[in-house]
Amino acid sequence: MKTCVKNVEWLHFGARIHFTKVILYDYIPPSLRSDFWEEIMKFVKALSCATVLAGCVFSSVSAADITVGFSQIGSESGWRAAETTVTKQEAEKRGIDLKFADAQQKQENQIKALRSFIAQGVDAIFVAPVVATGWDEVLGEAKDAEIPVILLDRTVDADKSLYMTAVTSDLVHEGNVAGKWLVDTTAGKPCNVVELQGTTGSSPAIDRKKGFEDALKGHDNLKIVRSQTGDFTRTKGKEVMESFLKAENGGKNICALYAHNDDMAVGAIQAIKEAGLKPGTDILVVSIDAVPDIFQAMAAGEANATVELTPNMAGPAFDALAAFKKDGKEPPKWIQTESKLYTQADEPQKVYEAKKGLGY
Amino acid sequence: MQADRDTVLSANRIDKVFPGAKALSQVDFSLRRGEVHALLGENGAGKSTLVKCLTGAYHRDGGTILLDGAEIDPRDTLDAQRLGIGTVYQEVNLLPNLSVAENLFLGRQPRRFGLIDTGAVNRKARALLAEYELDIDVTAGLDSFSVAIQQVIAIARAVDVSGKVLILDEPTASLDAHEVAMLFRVVRRLKARGLGIIFITHFLEQVYEITDRVTILRNGQLVGTRDTASLERRELIAMMLGRELAAEVHDESGAAKVADGPVRFQFRGFGRKGRIDPFDLDVKAGEVIGIAGLLGSGRTETAEVMFGARRADSGTATIDGKAADLSSPRAAIRQKFGFCPEDRKTDGIIGDLSVRENIALALQARRGWARPIPRAEQDRLAAEYIKALDIRTTDAEKPIRLLSGGNQQKAILARWLATNPEFLILDEPTRGIDVGAHAEIIRLIETLCEKGMSLIVISSEIEELVVYSHRVIVLRDHQHVAELTGAEITTDSIVNTIAGPAKTPAERSAAAGEIA
Amino acid sequence: MSMLGLYGKRLLPQFIALAIILGLVSIAFPGFFSLQVQNGRLYGSLIDILNRGAPVALLAIGMTVVIATKGIDLSVGAVMAICGAVAASAITSGYSLPATLLLTVGVGVLCGLWNGILVAILDIQPIIATLVLMVAGRGIAQMVTNGAILTFNDEGLIFIGSGSLFGLPMPIVIWITAGILVALLVRRTALGMLIEAVGVNRRASTLAGVSTPVLLIAAYVLSGLCASVAGIIAAADIRGADANNAGLWLELDAILAVVIGGTSLLGGRFSIAASLLGAMIIQSINTGILLSGFPPEFNLIIKAAIIVFILVLQSPKLQGTLAFFSRSNAATKPAESKAK
Repeated sequence: MKTCVKNVEWLHFGARIHFTKVILYDYIPPSLRSDFWEEIMKFVKALSCATVLAGCVFSSVSAADITVGFSQIGSESGWRAAETTVTKQEAEKRGIDLKFADAQQKQENQIKALRSFIAQGVDAIFVAPVVATGWDEVLGEAKDAEIPVILLDRTVDADKSLYMTAVTSDLVHEGNVAGKWLVDTTAGKPCNVVELQGTTGSSPAIDRKKGFEDALKGHDNLKIVRSQTGDFTRTKGKEVMESFLKAENGGKNICALYAHNDDMAVGAIQAIKEAGLKPGTDILVVSIDAVPDIFQAMAAGEANATVELTPNMAGPAFDALAAFKKDGKEPPKWIQTESKLYTQADEPQKVYEAKKGLGY
Repeated sequence: MQADRDTVLSANRIDKVFPGAKALSQVDFSLRRGEVHALLGENGAGKSTLVKCLTGAYHRDGGTILLDGAEIDPRDTLDAQRLGIGTVYQEVNLLPNLSVAENLFLGRQPRRFGLIDTGAVNRKARALLAEYELDIDVTAGLDSFSVAIQQVIAIARAVDVSGKVLILDEPTASLDAHEVAMLFRVVRRLKARGLGIIFITHFLEQVYEITDRVTILRNGQLVGTRDTASLERRELIAMMLGRELAAEVHDESGAAKVADGPVRFQFRGFGRKGRIDPFDLDVKAGEVIGIAGLLGSGRTETAEVMFGARRADSGTATIDGKAADLSSPRAAIRQKFGFCPEDRKTDGIIGDLSVRENIALALQARRGWARPIPRAEQDRLAAEYIKALDIRTTDAEKPIRLLSGGNQQKAILARWLATNPEFLILDEPTRGIDVGAHAEIIRLIETLCEKGMSLIVISSEIEELVVYSHRVIVLRDHQHVAELTGAEITTDSIVNTIAGPAKTPAERSAAAGEIA
Repeated sequence: MSMLGLYGKRLLPQFIALAIILGLVSIAFPGFFSLQVQNGRLYGSLIDILNRGAPVALLAIGMTVVIATKGIDLSVGAVMAICGAVAASAITSGYSLPATLLLTVGVGVLCGLWNGILVAILDIQPIIATLVLMVAGRGIAQMVTNGAILTFNDEGLIFIGSGSLFGLPMPIVIWITAGILVALLVRRTALGMLIEAVGVNRRASTLAGVSTPVLLIAAYVLSGLCASVAGIIAAADIRGADANNAGLWLELDAILAVVIGGTSLLGGRFSIAASLLGAMIIQSINTGILLSGFPPEFNLIIKAAIIVFILVLQSPKLQGTLAFFSRSNAATKPAESKAK
């Protein structure tokens, strides 16, 4: 779930711009002082408007009887882009008219989009909330208008009655699936595991670590010998793996790598190869996310398993919505997406081809 | 040491040691109520160090300070202020973006209901400034007034806060004659009120004009304290320098000299809107043209357009009859021009670079980056000019900012001389430098013109212009108003021309305030 | 001979800091200094430091020159991302390797030119001028890659990131070469002195005939160029352009490297060698932390503590005090020996 992390960074980034604006104002030459930020902001706004408009225009115009408004966070990562693509595909498959709005990482844009959806009288609203708080008012307005709201990928800190359901994956479960695979694969043989954590303190890093450790409990043959953060990035994944290899006798002490996301695993695989070892054989590689590149590695025998964080959050949401529209059946407040395990046996090349076009 | 009854401040056997140097050694100093006491010495003599010890900016290493007979030990300048010692520096240390009234009462504003009572602040400010014959809008920003008025405001604040001793550290350095006169009126008034005033300056005329006693320091030691009235000028200089200064006894008969030879540099209708009205000027080889005028009359602006520091927007320049491009400093340098700017610190020296690099800079810039001056050649250049101009530095590799003002000025001169200029503009070459260096620079100007170099020298010291100028151009209100030659060049005629046709005092001070 | 002595003295604090850090790391991890040859190239933690430090080292070269002019270039991290993205998309759309490299370096130069013109011609404060590209640059990079990691398989381009020459990984060869080239360029010509003059006092330099705008623009162009090479290396290293993360915050590491190298942020005197040592100090800390096996929660604290320690050691105040003490010691010693 690297997307969460990206957003944390983006928020920091926004805060930083604000900070710089406040602190650095005095450094702007007086001739430019009054207009400078206005100019920049205008430019940024123009850019974002253009993107939002592009997104809006994209909404499919089928003669559907159901219209759904979807407020997406943005397109800050491959997974996010794939989620957008899949959502559009799923809507088209069902003949649903999807109104899409890109929030450019801003809650205010999301709230604006939600209000506009309410004003248009859509049948339902999907929202991937950029932050957890501050939703009560606009969700209340949707409730008053009797428009069901479904949260995708993330949840909010608001009364549960304000939304119909939340479709998310279970981060702990994902780590657990990865751990179980390793337990089954090693089948009691002693095995030293190194772990590449996500960004320190982020919830995917905490939960995926917990789930994995839970799965390893009671299997004393498996031991996590080193655990460091790779910040969810390829570069850091590679760098940290290099140090693991040096620290563990050139990698001879390592039997498996668990990475909190595929990107770090892809980086680590290169480090293993450069150290003269065979990833996938000398060192087992298991990671989470199921992005296309890891399937390529699996097809080449360099990675062993990945747990899917499905970009298809909309599918289950559409299904729940259809059931609700049909016979008024309220779905549970949390719909957990499937955390599917892929191994080399699952025709990785085929999966790669299928996923390639989703915009990851 | 027994202080007499009138003594308000006395410092006894003050020592101050800096790592590697003894800045003050057993210095005695006493200040009476109602006197103006000059503190004199060459740069580095220990004047500032002594003042900083008195105001608590430095902690002295030995000696005692008595204020009104009681021993004091100011921890910092604020503490000294509370005790009664206020200081005003050459660069006014107030807040330019606040109003006059706010500056006067900053940190001690009258309050009402816990809030600052702006009305009362402004009333009190007006009353306070009235004592100084200053009738200005106290709600206007400090930076909307001339430096002279800012000085007076700073003095008003310092006196109001402290009230016993006022230290004026080179207050007149950036003031013109009118402003100095205004400042001195204020000083006399405060003197009459019984304040003890310490006055630091480089201008000997001012010492004689305003001070009662003089204390002279040299190399961190006390040379002596004398009554100003009975101290001869030559003796004073001898005390400061420890030697007689040749330039000070220079006779003025040289003023009638004339340069003959063809005109080399010709400016026609040269000027820039809002800075300097178009002027005509012909300069011969080996000629020194003096430029006189009040601050803001267009002196510096004349130099700037000639050197291309600001591009002229009218007129033409020819050299030996051929049109010359003077659109930028680089272009002017290609025409063998050189320019020693008025503000050495911001426009002249490259502080962190060595004396050697500062000397080589203009020559290197002209050669371009791809043709570096070999290090050996740079060393030779530096050594040559350090010797020729007697630049006092322990080492050519010393950062130039560590040199005294006069030696920095000589290094900048060396920078231009290294480029073999044919036309050299010197803007206030002797400002703020000690008497010894002063005389040397005047001698250098004379030597250079004898060698055939054409010089433009801008100076506010009129006696100095009289000594070396072949012609003197007088400026007023951004115009070249007169050209004095030969026997016309006397101190009196220059002063009269600057003053111009009779104006009412009000007009004159308005003009002075506006341009400063 | 004396020049070499002077040079050594200038770099002494950095060498000492580096030695202390390497010493500490080898205590925490005994196999630290071991080097082997693997697949025809040197292999070991020391090589990792030199290799991983390549992007920051390259950025630090350009940053040193920019800072010497009293400027700062906040955009280098974003320029890395742009150039990585450009390289990846050029190579995947079928350009030859030389064409890709030329294009990428050209984009880096353009970025530098943009910054330089804002600073030198429009006279915008460097921190603001380069902030523009810092903010916009990552967006531009994301536009080039469409927000995804753009993976490539061109062996030639990958060689730049993970190939080796003379037994050394390519990134090491590149940054050391670049460092030597730029150092020679500024010190064998008058560029170094002119840049320092502009940095200390731009007005006075202009009045002395130095063509300040050209020098300023050149400094930012050099910085953009270095960032583009760093961007190529970062992308080649992971065989893909990651617009979101490539070079993220590296501008700060580069500035830190320059500061640790003792070049003042106020401009003036600079040393490229010292900045490169600074970059290696930063990377040694990073690698040391990874090797030591501390929990990742401590990474930033340890790094910050070490850096604060280094900077305090270099602070002029402390140095002044130390010099004072050593001098007064030296002064008392002869007296003592006489007494004996």
